Amino acid sequence: MTEKLVIIGNGMAPGRMLEHLFEQAPGLYQVTIFNAEPRVNYDRIMLSPVLSGEKAFEEIIIHGDGWYIANGITLYKGHKIVAIDRAAKTVISDHGVTEPYDKLVIATGSVPFIIPVPGHDLPGVLTYRDLDDVQAMLLAAQSRAKAVVIGGGLLGLEAAAGLNSQGMDVTVLHVMPTLMERQLDPAAGYLLQRAVEQRGIKVITKANTQAITGKSKVEQVELADGTIIPATLVVMAVGIRPNATLAKDAGIAVNRGIVVDAGMRSNDPDIYALGECAEVNGQVYGLVAPLYEMARVAASQLAGNEAAAFVHMDTPTKLKVTGIELFSLGDFAEGEDRQEIVLRDAAAGVYKRLVLRDDRIIGTVLYGETADGAWFNDLKKKQTDISEMRDTLIFGQSYQGGASLDPMAAVAALPDDAEICGCNGVCKGKITGAITAKGLTSLDDVRAHTKASASCGSCTGLVEKLMVLTIGDKYNPAAVQPMCGCTTLGHDEVRRLIKAKDLKTIPAVMQELEWTTSCGCAKCRPALNYYLVCDWPDEYADDYQSRFINERVHANIQKDGTYSVVPRMWGGVTNAAELRAIADVVDKFEIPMVKVTGGQRIDMLGIRKEDLPAVWADLGQAGFVSGHAYAKGLRTVKTCVGSDWCRFGTQDSTGFGVRIEKFMWGSWTPAKVKMAVSGCPRNCAEATCKDVGVICVDSGYEIHFAGAAGLDIKGTEVLGLVKTEDDALEHIVALTQMYREQGRYLERIYKWAKRIGIAEIKRQIMDDGEKRKAYFDRFVFSQKFAQVDPWSERVSGKDKHEFRPMASVGFAQAAE
Amino acid sequence: MNWIAVGTLSDVPRRGARCVATPQGKIAVFRTAEDQVFAIEDHCPHKGGPLSQGIVHGAAVTCPLHNWVISLETGKALGADEGAVRTIPVRIEGERLFIALEALASRAA
Repeated sequence: MTEKLVIIGNGMAPGRMLEHLFEQAPGLYQVTIFNAEPRVNYDRIMLSPVLSGEKAFEEIIIHGDGWYIANGITLYKGHKIVAIDRAAKTVISDHGVTEPYDKLVIATGSVPFIIPVPGHDLPGVLTYRDLDDVQAMLLAAQSRAKAVVIGGGLLGLEAAAGLNSQGMDVTVLHVMPTLMERQLDPAAGYLLQRAVEQRGIKVITKANTQAITGKSKVEQVELADGTIIPATLVVMAVGIRPNATLAKDAGIAVNRGIVVDAGMRSNDPDIYALGECAEVNGQVYGLVAPLYEMARVAASQLAGNEAAAFVHMDTPTKLKVTGIELFSLGDFAEGEDRQEIVLRDAAAGVYKRLVLRDDRIIGTVLYGETADGAWFNDLKKKQTDISEMRDTLIFGQSYQGGASLDPMAAVAALPDDAEICGCNGVCKGKITGAITAKGLTSLDDVRAHTKASASCGSCTGLVEKLMVLTIGDKYNPAAVQPMCGCTTLGHDEVRRLIKAKDLKTIPAVMQELEWTTSCGCAKCRPALNYYLVCDWPDEYADDYQSRFINERVHANIQKDGTYSVVPRMWGGVTNAAELRAIADVVDKFEIPMVKVTGGQRIDMLGIRKEDLPAVWADLGQAGFVSGHAYAKGLRTVKTCVGSDWCRFGTQDSTGFGVRIEKFMWGSWTPAKVKMAVSGCPRNCAEATCKDVGVICVDSGYEIHFAGAAGLDIKGTEVLGLVKTEDDALEHIVALTQMYREQGRYLERIYKWAKRIGIAEIKRQIMDDGEKRKAYFDRFVFSQKFAQVDPWSERVSGKDKHEFRPMASVGFAQAAE
Repeated sequence: MNWIAVGTLSDVPRRGARCVATPQGKIAVFRTAEDQVFAIEDHCPHKGGPLSQGIVHGAAVTCPLHNWVISLETGKALGADEGAVRTIPVRIEGERLFIALEALASRAA
């Protein structure tokens, strides 16, 4: 006997289910479909090519009208089911059709998330879900005006690329720091952003949409930081959620989606659900492969095979934007039991990462070159033991089975006219020729004679291999101490390449310089953060998660986890009001220890982290700002009382110390910088063991630097004598800037000076006026962005999360 | 297991941590660059440093006091150091985070 099968929804999943069903059990059911959309079943995945104009709608139809007729299906187009009557076993459409069923399949798919910001309902705000949305976007695109796409995930980027190729000026807003963060690690997200931007699409990450405004239709989008982006079209592509309302209203079990068992059956044995609206084993799915698997299972079940069961599977993600190759699969998070193999080819824009556990692939991210995606997917699915081919695994399938790689062999095989140094156009023959003819034995010699590797340095490895090939053991590569285990490059190389290659974010550095870990370590991240802050003061967004705790919360952590707070006392000078304010804070917060520091200021110790903003608020009321006692930056300028009071004083050392401190506070440096100004050679401010010190004399200001009084004890070197206070300030600032630009992270001035040479520093700062002025100007520019009191920022609410526990739990139970 | 809601995923910064105060001391809830979430005692096995304040890299954290590196997955010190902190089960449901508090109570008992 023929049973009546009714299907709500006409998307790809039920379409595929019917194909299987007709194959397995032809004639078993009389099928009726209700489709809310007024059309046949089409390939929703191909909407992006329709939007970009690469395909027409007719080309993406899966089942034409003829297929429905041939299979005796009644298809109600444009009929939305408004109720399911489970007692009567009927469904009712919005056009008044009541249809009885023996078996019902719910395939209502999903609905797009609408961010409930003001203006989300203005005309011109669209979602990206079906053909109607695409047609509305195409209509809007005819204006060639500005579009904003909210959401930098798969759908959002495809929409952006489509609108862009239709001639619109497109901006993508993404709330997370990197694009497609669910599928891609930050490194691949960075590459993707670069590729998207190269097409002329603007990308704003960490963009928090606050409102969409306009009189009668969309005119602009406003972000929480005040940015305003004009737009005539806004596409919301922030995500989807299962469309389970109908099922829920009918009293069917619904969690996130319609809850079904592994046989796709809901808690009503005659009602099945599949597709994006279904939740199986607590998971909902949005990619086509698992949805087709659901279709296969549901068809078998309907055909009477009750053993058919859905099994979870990972599905690779691919971005369907022409020219961007991207592949992501499985679990690519890091972990102790996991190992990763990373291949980065900066020049080719290729990034590949395999995540392994027990010699088996569990996750893959490929960018730029995805041809081996299918192979990696296969290895993962079959859980193939890859230990045999581990060394060459990342190079892909075509590399397997061959001889193991000898990096020297590849270089040796290069023809003489192969270009080695792209910056200076130097070929292999010229380098090997010069090495032989001139008897060169060091890299610097080769750089001097051929210019190879003398610009960006990215070919240094190749040049070194050529030297080994040409002169063998006579070449002894200078051992560069790598920054950390994540790279083979030393600090100096990294700093040079950051400038040479215009690298402006940590992921950019890690990608372009071929870091071997995906997100660095506690050694390289703070260093990179400093280098980027120093080199791009106006452009780089400080990454607080890459700073040590002291700099992140602007206080000094103590051994018991409490903090100490040191307000700035300019030049060590204070007054009754300030001291009173400190005394009040100490009383109010019951601060257990107050101590005068070696840098002429007052330290309050033992403050609980949660109290820090309140302590700063009170100190701020009295005019105090952060003393940066925690910073790799300018700490104190210690002074003596100078000519104002002292009978030996030659200049106003106190006033000058205050002036230096007010000029230079807030600047970040490779390591801490402590200064002092003494009013006469008796040197009461102990300026001759400081990073930078000044000894005032009758004839002017003697500038000292590179002293140490910590692990090492070292008297300062004399930089030189200048006549006026203005001159002295310019020299000190220029010297500090030179150190900021050249120093290695955590390298104090005295170590830097030893490495660079005292003579060279004197030459650049004392003798070369132009250079000195340039250093000075760069410092002044950078101060524009650095001189913000971090305490008052935090009193006004910045980084609130740092100072509060996320939750307090379990205290009630404890009281019992 | 007794799952206690402690907040949402977005409460914890990427490559960062937040604390949960409990009668037995603080628990640090970590979120990695790739949105894995872990919870461990906020107490370094070396000298009791607050691990929640350290730099998070991969699935590990470097203690802010003396740079011990602790695995967030196993709670064990990595590298040459030896020691371990207790790990606390975490469950993510959509955006919401839960930790297993019963594990705590059993320690107290």
